[in-house]
Amino acid sequence: MCFPRILGKPSGFSVAARRKPSFGFLRQTGKHKVFSCEAFLFLLEKEKGCDEKGYYSKNTLHLGCASLRNNEIKTLEEKAGIIRKHIIEMIYNASSGHPGGSLSAADIFTALYFNVMRHDPKNPKWEDRDRFILSKGHAAPALYAALAEAGYFPVEELLTLRKLGSRLQGHPDMRKLPGVEASTGSEGQGLSIGIGMALHAKLNRKAYRVYVMIGDGENDCGQIWEAAMSGAHFKTDNLTVILDRNGLQLDGTTNQIMGIEPLADKWKSFGWKVIEINGHNFREILNGIEHAKKIKGKPTIIIAHTTKGKGVSFMEGAVSFHGKPPNKEEYEQAMKELG
Amino acid sequence: MWKKESQRAAFAEALVELGNTRKDVVVLTADLSSSVKTNKFAEKFPEHHFNVGISEQNMMSIAAGLAASGSTVFASTFAVFATSRVYDQIRQSIAWPKLNVNIVATHAGITVGGDGASHQMLEDIALMCSLPNMTVIVPSDALETKKAVISVVDYNGPTYIRLGRGDVPTITKENDSFKIGKATIMKEGKDVTLIGTGIMVSQCLLAAEKLEKENIDASVINMSTVKPIDEKVIIKHATKTGAVVTAEEHNIIGGLGSTVSTVLSENVPVPMKRVGIPDVFGESGNSDELMEKYGLTSENIVKAAHGVMKKKGSR
Repeated sequence: MCFPRILGKPSGFSVAARRKPSFGFLRQTGKHKVFSCEAFLFLLEKEKGCDEKGYYSKNTLHLGCASLRNNEIKTLEEKAGIIRKHIIEMIYNASSGHPGGSLSAADIFTALYFNVMRHDPKNPKWEDRDRFILSKGHAAPALYAALAEAGYFPVEELLTLRKLGSRLQGHPDMRKLPGVEASTGSEGQGLSIGIGMALHAKLNRKAYRVYVMIGDGENDCGQIWEAAMSGAHFKTDNLTVILDRNGLQLDGTTNQIMGIEPLADKWKSFGWKVIEINGHNFREILNGIEHAKKIKGKPTIIIAHTTKGKGVSFMEGAVSFHGKPPNKEEYEQAMKELG
Repeated sequence: MWKKESQRAAFAEALVELGNTRKDVVVLTADLSSSVKTNKFAEKFPEHHFNVGISEQNMMSIAAGLAASGSTVFASTFAVFATSRVYDQIRQSIAWPKLNVNIVATHAGITVGGDGASHQMLEDIALMCSLPNMTVIVPSDALETKKAVISVVDYNGPTYIRLGRGDVPTITKENDSFKIGKATIMKEGKDVTLIGTGIMVSQCLLAAEKLEKENIDASVINMSTVKPIDEKVIIKHATKTGAVVTAEEHNIIGGLGSTVSTVLSENVPVPMKRVGIPDVFGESGNSDELMEKYGLTSENIVKAAHGVMKKKGSR
């Protein structure tokens, strides 16, 4: 069972790979086992614990959820649906906030907090936890919903978003809310912070991984490219960036406002491994992240192609819902659509 | 009369000392390791030293990430690049979350000399003092620099340590105590109080000597921490002497003078005068010429003392 995978100890890390993959196939090529599935080919070092038929025992390969069964994917999809509803309720209740970029990233948040990351909501400061930094801090509602659903604080508290005295600030405040790893909101700084955390891990021989979510509009910021250069320079292969490529920013489409393409080529030329996925397909998200873990000597960026406002018809692809709350009718319609 | 020593060398010495005892210390610089002298640390602890190239914004946020993970961080570059260039990164990534990042800015003030206005940072104290959670330390000499650098590692929250480029008179003693937030009384007097910070403390001491020849007995205070400022000492000496002069190698707006004047006006509204850069940008020249031209001299402090003492009666 791969979900929910909030693990208290790193020893349970490869629990997902205990049985034969339910899709794709395995074959032997020399000293490697090759596992191919929908989107990716993984070259996996042959390790003890893997029998001739390709069955994996516990603690063998970090195959992650490449082998997720359909019902497990369905559970993640349901969780993402719950998170989307929280986002709409929170922003409606606060009468302000950023629904578009929260909804576009909801599936990625779900994958990270309910499958990928080693973290412990009962012990948010656990030294060996994986770190997640929301560089696009305005997607705070999605982060808060994921944290609450994971058990960092009561789900009821979500409705205090942006209210006086709330721990749920308009943009994430690491000193107020458990589970928030960095105070963000001024675009372009989270990747550098993530590199600092990745360097700390390397310096102190820690196995934790660092995940940073950046927006596509953030690629306008010079500091992102300073950070990109230094991530490659310092070989922070324990860091994965997920770029929420929803194609819109506050003033319009990213193409209209500031041409950032060719984005993949840019990151490649900065020395990064680039993986492109559909950011609303859990198999692709999880495979992409698993793939990134295996890249050594350089950091990886996953360009997740998403739809801004995903899940609510009239918010999908609508620039106007970057930073605007739904009115009463829109709220009711959105909740109906999200089931 | 005083021996002249380098604050940067003292910083380097302190870092190496810390490196020997503290494994959590990490040092960052932005293509200036040989100028800010973190290269000494880098030679001994290469793993703990990161040169990020000319990317100060990146450096400050990386510092934040390291500190958030438990490292004790020093980020060092020239004062211009350590403050105004990265104000937002310091504000958002470091000061707001109150992380243990110690920014050591060298080449501050007009005494940078030949490089001219672009490199003469005269607004940094103002910028850093305006940030909540930030502590601002301006050591008066090399000895105090070393003590300040060593004491910030066990201090909770971000600090800004301001150092100059050139050698500066050593006016304190090896065994003088140094405490963040505590002013040092360099001389007790009863007629006027001279409060200096950084290299201007030595100018205050020189001014006090000159005043003594005129039978004016001045207190001299070394305000090595500008924020949080030692209000008690200011109030005590202002009450006792009834007149105050401040002296700093910084714009007269937003620095030591402004801070002291706030304390005075809220507590003991005695006559006061600020000696400092008169709200202008600098220019090229050698440091002594520049100090002279912009009025950062003991003579100017003496003149200011005369002025405030004259006003005493009119209160």
